[in-house]
Amino acid sequence: MGGVHPADKKITAAKPITPLAVPQTVAIPCAMHIGAPAEIIVQKGDKVKVGQLIAKATGFVSANIHSSVSGTVKNIGPVADASGYTKQAVYITVEGDEWDESIDRTPDLKRNIDDLKPEDIINKVHEAGIVGMGGATFPTRVKLMVPEGKKADAVLINAVECEPYLTADHRVMLEKGEQMLIGTQLLMKAVHCDRAYIGIEQNKPDAIDYLTKLSANYPGITVVPLKLKYPQGSEKHLIKAILGREVPPPPHLPIDVGAVVDNAGTAVAVYEAVMKNKPLIERVVTVTGDSVNNPGNFLVRIGTPISALIEAVGGMPDDTEKIISGGPMMGKAVNSLEIPVAKGTSGILMLPKSLAHRGEPAACIRCGKCVDACPMGLEPYLLSKLAKLKRFDDLEANHITDCISCGCCMFACPSNRPILDYMNFGKGKVLAIIKSRKK
Amino acid sequence: MSNLLTISPSPHAKGKETVPSLMYGVLMALIPAFLFSLYFFGIGALVTTLVSVGFCVLFEWLIAKYILNTKPQVCDGSAILTGVLLAFNLPSNINPFIVMIGALVAIGVAKMSFGGLGQNLFNPALVGRVFLLISFPQQMTTWPLPIENRLNYLDAVTGATPMSHDMLGKTDTVDMLMGATGGSLGEVAAIALIIGGIYMIWRKIITWHIPVSIIGTVAVFTLLVWLIDPTVCVNPLYHLLGGGLMLGAIFMATDYVTSPMSSTGKIVYGIGIGLLTVIIRLWGSYPEGMSFAILLMNAVTPLINKKFKPTRFGEIKTK
Repeated sequence: MGGVHPADKKITAAKPITPLAVPQTVAIPCAMHIGAPAEIIVQKGDKVKVGQLIAKATGFVSANIHSSVSGTVKNIGPVADASGYTKQAVYITVEGDEWDESIDRTPDLKRNIDDLKPEDIINKVHEAGIVGMGGATFPTRVKLMVPEGKKADAVLINAVECEPYLTADHRVMLEKGEQMLIGTQLLMKAVHCDRAYIGIEQNKPDAIDYLTKLSANYPGITVVPLKLKYPQGSEKHLIKAILGREVPPPPHLPIDVGAVVDNAGTAVAVYEAVMKNKPLIERVVTVTGDSVNNPGNFLVRIGTPISALIEAVGGMPDDTEKIISGGPMMGKAVNSLEIPVAKGTSGILMLPKSLAHRGEPAACIRCGKCVDACPMGLEPYLLSKLAKLKRFDDLEANHITDCISCGCCMFACPSNRPILDYMNFGKGKVLAIIKSRKK
Repeated sequence: MSNLLTISPSPHAKGKETVPSLMYGVLMALIPAFLFSLYFFGIGALVTTLVSVGFCVLFEWLIAKYILNTKPQVCDGSAILTGVLLAFNLPSNINPFIVMIGALVAIGVAKMSFGGLGQNLFNPALVGRVFLLISFPQQMTTWPLPIENRLNYLDAVTGATPMSHDMLGKTDTVDMLMGATGGSLGEVAAIALIIGGIYMIWRKIITWHIPVSIIGTVAVFTLLVWLIDPTVCVNPLYHLLGGGLMLGAIFMATDYVTSPMSSTGKIVYGIGIGLLTVIIRLWGSYPEGMSFAILLMNAVTPLINKKFKPTRFGEIKTK
């Protein structure tokens, strides 16, 4: 159902992951996840090591945050992130690269998971501050704690990477395939289930071949090639494609149909946390764009300003007029080069003038292309009109809260109408109304 | 390089189709039918089409600029398309003044008085055509004979359409498929219209739902009546290939603005058009019912949109 076919432009698919030099200072925000911000536990002047806990999770839906560098806490203050809002952050001046001794930095694979108990895995995931690395940044621990009365019967690894340009997960699969599969085993064990599926879009045949070969040694794990379509990597659509089940509308969650979904990068992070004791302090980021000199995939410490990434690819091309954190369909346009790389930063995309601007909106011709494109079975033309008129009751009745903000409606609209802008506005208002009703 | 970055909400990517690209795509799909009509009706087809397009564009421009005080959008191709479709629904030897009146009604009354592109309830070309059919019944129902009148325009020799009651069943179906029959200038060659329809579906300008449901309904309905009583209804092939059925099903009923939004809605709309067309053809006083059927279903479209929603993802069906 629905979906669109944007040009996939995976220019960096063959570029190996390169570690990016540690910057001179980092700014690590304490809210890089969905849920409550972490509470900062270091003070100005404190010495920190790589991997040291600097902010503690507060509450059930929250995540720990660790220092990604060694050095001195220079300041604790606000930093603007990709959303444009400011968050509290720990600024650290880098001195050397001294890691916490408990972290196993050797490249050796650790395969033996037999002695681990599910609780151990979940605790480790929590300690390490792991969140969904596909972009939604939902704390992974919460997904692994299957509520009473529900049962997980399949772990799905989201390796679809359906956003154009991005290749971070693709490279992770090729270069850290074993780690990812062990991480998948850990996830299976944590939720007491014995099968897992790795969903990969068909535009990554090398990753499909490689992981299919590897997974022969991992009982219960199957690689599933998926049709090329955006948003194939949406959690609900991935479950539909692999298990043939539809997650009912909110407040239902994937676990209601027995599925636990985690991103490919997250699976690797789980492996590193559980088997190597390494918290989430770095991630792979694709830095790309049509006119970028030397685009690539980089292993980047959390908190690195994106200016350092742009420098690494040969600087910002002259025709750049828009920089996006994430992919072109759901990424956020940033207003500064000083925003830090966060746990959910999958890519930095520099768009030239020709792609940076929206077209002039024209009248809606009721062609229904937004209806055909909507993967949630909504009527975007109607919802955007209702949102413009602030008819929130009608918006709720027409299921605005189902919207996943994937952008297919606007991609498909021949009249360049700002459909999703209106829908996001309407969805925000309706969610607030629903919340106030419960009180 | 400007020093400022552009900021906007997502998505930052956009599909290739625009309103003009869709409108010109439909015009492309009409080219085969136009070539056939040039072959059969010659100069008359050319003059009528040009006059119709010219007046449609002119009226849209004048009304937008001087009455609505908006920036004229004639370049989006929709007025050209209305002009072509209006011409395709007229006999090729019709007086250009009549064409002008049709264009004025189509653009002025049916489209611009509602607020322009996207706002109209009824298909503008069909409103124009039906207005002319009621106002000029004689001129609108005498069709020039094909081929032999290629070089004649207003003085063409006329004959009946295969759809008129006394002619039904007497025309060769192969001629009807290829267009060698009397009729409005764009509707005669079923094969050319079908080629255009396949092109539009392939290019994803339209979906299959409306044309297939109309053609399917007409086929099934006429087949049933034909099997019960062949004196009421001739061979279903005549109904499928004759009159404005193909033009209507493929190009008129699929007009974006006046057709439903969801796939199920489109099928309901198509079935409605098919049923009404056959009812008017068999039991009405007009030999052809396509235009009326589409306009009637245009009026029902808002209700269809309300009732037939797309299937919501994950909807619990038992509730």
